Amino acid sequence: MSSQGGWGQSKDFLDLVKSIGEARSKAEEDRIILRELEALRRRIAEPDVPRRRMKEYITRLVYAEMLGHDASFGYIHAVKMTHDNALPLKRTGYLAVTLFLSEDHDLIILIVNTIQKDLRSDNYLVVCAALTAVCKLITEDTIPAVLPLVVDLLAHRKEAVRKKAVMALHRFYQRSPASVTHLLPNFRKTLCDNDPGVMGATLCPLFDLITADANSYKDLLVSFVRILKQVAERNLPKTYDYHQMPAPFILIKLLKILALLGSGDKQASEHIYNVLGDIIRKCEPSSNIYNAVLYECICCISSIYPNAKLLEAAAEATSKFLKSDSHNLKYMGIDTLGRLIKISPDIAEEHQLAVIDCLEDPDDTLKRKTFELLYKMTKSTNVEVIVDHTIDYMININDNHYKTEIASRCVELAEQFAPTNQWFIQTMNKVFEHGGDLVNVRVAHNLMRLIAQGFSEDEEGADSQLRSSAVDSYICILGDPKLPSLFLQVICWVLGEYGTVDGKYSASYIMGKLCDVTEAHLCDDTVKAYAISAIMKICAFEIAAGRKVEILPECQSLIHELSASHSTDLQQRAYELQALLCLDCRTVESVMPLDASCEVLEVDKNLSFLNDFIQESIEKGSSPYIPESERPGMSSVSNFRRQNEASSHMLRFEAYGLPKPSPAHLIPQVSVSTSTSNLVPVTEASYYRESSQASKVPSVTDASSADLGTKLRLDGVQRKWGWPTYSSSGQSSTSSTNGVSHVDGVSAQSRDTLYDSRRQQSEVSAEKQKLAASLFGASSGKTVKRATSTHRATKGNTGNAERMAVSTAINPETSTEKAAPPPDLLDLSDDAAPTSTPTADPFQHLQVLIGATPVDNTVKAVGLESPNLMAFYTDIPSGSRKTTSTIHSAVPSIKKAPLQNDETARRVCVNPTGNNPNLFRDLLG
Amino acid sequence: MIHFVLLISRQGKVRLTKWYSPYAQKERTKVIRELSGLILTRGPKLCNFVEWRGFKVVYRRYASLYFCMCIDAADNELEVLEIIHHFVEILDRYFGSVCELDLIFNFHKAYYILDEILIAGELQESSKKIVARLIAAQDSLVEAAKEEASSISNMIAQATK
Repeated sequence: MSSQGGWGQSKDFLDLVKSIGEARSKAEEDRIILRELEALRRRIAEPDVPRRRMKEYITRLVYAEMLGHDASFGYIHAVKMTHDNALPLKRTGYLAVTLFLSEDHDLIILIVNTIQKDLRSDNYLVVCAALTAVCKLITEDTIPAVLPLVVDLLAHRKEAVRKKAVMALHRFYQRSPASVTHLLPNFRKTLCDNDPGVMGATLCPLFDLITADANSYKDLLVSFVRILKQVAERNLPKTYDYHQMPAPFILIKLLKILALLGSGDKQASEHIYNVLGDIIRKCEPSSNIYNAVLYECICCISSIYPNAKLLEAAAEATSKFLKSDSHNLKYMGIDTLGRLIKISPDIAEEHQLAVIDCLEDPDDTLKRKTFELLYKMTKSTNVEVIVDHTIDYMININDNHYKTEIASRCVELAEQFAPTNQWFIQTMNKVFEHGGDLVNVRVAHNLMRLIAQGFSEDEEGADSQLRSSAVDSYICILGDPKLPSLFLQVICWVLGEYGTVDGKYSASYIMGKLCDVTEAHLCDDTVKAYAISAIMKICAFEIAAGRKVEILPECQSLIHELSASHSTDLQQRAYELQALLCLDCRTVESVMPLDASCEVLEVDKNLSFLNDFIQESIEKGSSPYIPESERPGMSSVSNFRRQNEASSHMLRFEAYGLPKPSPAHLIPQVSVSTSTSNLVPVTEASYYRESSQASKVPSVTDASSADLGTKLRLDGVQRKWGWPTYSSSGQSSTSSTNGVSHVDGVSAQSRDTLYDSRRQQSEVSAEKQKLAASLFGASSGKTVKRATSTHRATKGNTGNAERMAVSTAINPETSTEKAAPPPDLLDLSDDAAPTSTPTADPFQHLQVLIGATPVDNTVKAVGLESPNLMAFYTDIPSGSRKTTSTIHSAVPSIKKAPLQNDETARRVCVNPTGNNPNLFRDLLG
Repeated sequence: MIHFVLLISRQGKVRLTKWYSPYAQKERTKVIRELSGLILTRGPKLCNFVEWRGFKVVYRRYASLYFCMCIDAADNELEVLEIIHHFVEILDRYFGSVCELDLIFNFHKAYYILDEILIAGELQESSKKIVARLIAAQDSLVEAAKEEASSISNMIAQATK
């Protein structure tokens, strides 16, 4: 029990920990902690708590906070404790504040002074403690206060201090790159430090710097390679060895850096080839750390300019990973396969079955990784299989974050490789249905834009076919009561724009459907807004076409209801609709032209059409408008505010100088960014005094400085704990880990057998072979055939696979046209897309060569059926829209920005007269 | 970069938490609850990695204790697995065959050790010996202070007799 009794904690504390340990439920634990916190709150506030006791109180607070309770009443005591002179107390104080205080906490400012003092301390342990706190607590605002001190510490005699100073600078760089840019050469210097620890620490900031800008560090490449060689040749001290591997953590960091420096640079990469080969050869495949290094080597190989020999080695290592029994290694194998596949696509073929195994593995992590791989290797030949599988998988995920991601992946693939419009629309429907409201709003806007703009610029027929198939499928789907709001918005919009265009559905039918939507979703204002706008559009199209609009009774009641809605937005839409119904055909046509969602709206920002009106008013005696900046009263206010802001941003961290008679000096000259130490030479005495005054706390320093004199130095005195127990550590560690495996042994075994049997089964199964073939099909002609034939047998409904085979046989030349997706589609995939696939996808090239793209002959044929409609599109007059800005703004301006919500677009553009329907009617005559 | 380190017992009790990225107290509780649900239920033969909110959590089980570290998606999982082991080996050396009780009663010591290994979410020292030496140096000062305190109180006690 030495570990429990010998550390000098009181019985209270031990009891607390014990009772927590014995607590049966979270509720019980909470109760204990709350009681404890109550007691601490009382005791900590008592006057004259002995410092040792206080230290323990703070440790207890840390414990409570660690268990998720709020101990903020004690923060100030922890801050006070950092002021203490005795190192153990100081350390406890620092530990507590680093754990307690968030980066923007107000109390941090009280610690800065102490940190400054401690960074100057001649006890290196104090400096170390302060530096650890610096890394956690110092923020952008307070960096200037400690920066010069930290830089000085880079030349400290103790390597532990130098190392921590480097890490602190790294932290500063992360928080505010601008504050340390002038210090970057220092990292080059510390890279050559005698101590390997300091050198290793320097690699962290250098990695970040090189990630940001590789070109300015190309000159270091040779040094990195040399260091790497030295490390690999075991020239570092033995203490850095880890499981017989020479300094693997440093090795990995170096490999990461080299991967960045050699990326796409043939000349630089040639320096790296040799040493990489050496490392791969030298590593003995015994331990996990070896695999970690090997993995990093593969990452490096796939990142730098390709080298055939190394790629071969990487492929070999990858297959070793994939064939391993360990799930961890399989996972890494899938990852490296994804990297290598970009360089040599045919490598995947060899591992198809392994990949399929991983896809069906019970381990969810492995499955996800495999889906990521599939996403990377998608091309137009296998997009249907992959997207289908992905959506099937998506349905069963509970993790919202991942669901969102996987949904956007599906959408991206569908947009990029969709073989037919039909398939595209259906896929999107599925994604929306199952993804629910987790699907990114942008995806919905993208879809609307895509339907409005069409896939290709020249083929109007295909576009209108896309739209009518979208309308068809949406009409079918609308019956489903549980559609997510976002999808309903899309549906409403599409029905409004294109519902009546091809004449298949009557206006009143569509309007009835839209009314049903609003009834089914009573509390969703956004959907209602979309629906009423859609009704308005349909009415407008009908009026413009010269037909009489019959407003259904339910529609009438909807308008009535919305015009009394709580939402002003809905009200306005309702009033606009009513106003529109009273207008004549010609006005309506120009207000709400058909299929004009892609037209660019010209917004007259100067409101020049009001010039006449203004002129008139001025002539009548109104005073002209004066911009805000030129008004006399306003300017002084804003100036004042600006000054205030400027001064509040700058903080003074250096101690004030001694009071001097001349008042001129009292005006603060704030220039913190320059080194503070040469600004005002502060004498030590004044510094102390200020420190106790500035932080208005009952001065602890006085008491502790009194202690200083009587302090005993007992360094050589026998230690109570620590060393003697060291000797046996090696064996005991293995025994404890052995214990683990023993406990798990039973279940592990049973799992093993289960897994094995499953595996044997699956090896035989033709199902899997088929899946493999359809995934990897394009690269091996033999399997493609099998795939399609079996595919048809099981999945009769798709028929796509069939067409795939047919089209490969018949017209390979048309496929080349279709192969590359239209360039504007790529533009559409918005910035939020997690991994942007490179525009020059090697797969596309490959697949162009093979000519395996499915071509939709049917699409063309159907598209031609409605030529008169196309004429309709082009005939729409697009002029005279400028003047009627109010209503028109309801049509989302599509080409400009990421499609805005109707609502927001409206809010921006709507005239102030908008909520007054009478005036609105006046304006339009 | 490592975003946080968690030590959770098999029953889901928190043994140690260290946050290198800003998380509010409420969020921390949520993270811990979410992750213990994810990790504690995983079988022994599965990967030691879990994808979570766009990050990856690497965990490793030692007896009844799970050591978890949350890293960026692009980081090397195997390396982090070894960083965990590195930490455990150092704890083991320090406590002499470490067990969960050691960490429960001396969580502050574990914090000090962790602070010597990781700083601001990066591995700062990969040599076990150097970490051990630094910790020992700090501890010797603690011991010194303790001796001093007790001797002073002795003196006072004697003086007031």
